[in-house]
Amino acid sequence: MTNRYETVFILTPVLSAEQVKETVVKFKKSLKDAGAKLKHEEDWGLKKLAYPIQKKSTGFYHLFEYEIEGEEIANMEVNLKRDEKVMRFLTVSLDKHAIAFVESRPQRKK
Amino acid sequence: MAENTSEIRYLTPPNIELNREKYCRFQKNRIKYIDYKDEKFLLQFVNEQGKLLPRRITGTSLKYQRKVSQAVKRARHLALMPYVADMLK
Repeated sequence: MTNRYETVFILTPVLSAEQVKETVVKFKKSLKDAGAKLKHEEDWGLKKLAYPIQKKSTGFYHLFEYEIEGEEIANMEVNLKRDEKVMRFLTVSLDKHAIAFVESRPQRKK
Repeated sequence: MAENTSEIRYLTPPNIELNREKYCRFQKNRIKYIDYKDEKFLLQFVNEQGKLLPRRITGTSLKYQRKVSQAVKRARHLALMPYVADMLK
């Protein structure tokens, strides 16, 4: 059954602008192939990390919020893990309070 | 050793409220979901070294303390908040 998920991932800062866009488009396409409905997307741009990851102190943050079948998440995360441009990612399932929160609040546009 | 601390004369008595009624701020203003993404809000539940504050200090109820700790751990994973910090505030 489909439920709502939210994925935040960080791309390495060494990428140029269009490489970042291209990676984001690649993930969006892989989401669509997996039959997900992308509800919301956010780009926080280049942000300072609280601690260095892979010797880098900044990273491009992106957020996808989507609705997908439960078992598709596994292979969605595999291609996130396989892509070495992605330094770190976190997928969170949204419960009813989270969904109410996401819909009610204007999203943080950076 | 303990008694000489009491000889310290404060110019103005320290305004520690002795029995300030602690309340769970999440129940009081109906917050149902703690977002792990806005670190400015989560900084209030973390001390200077970036460690989680105990319930007896913040006064939050057990249910929301678990949500706060989960949100802080997720924020730490995403490098929005440090695991160890000095003079965080």
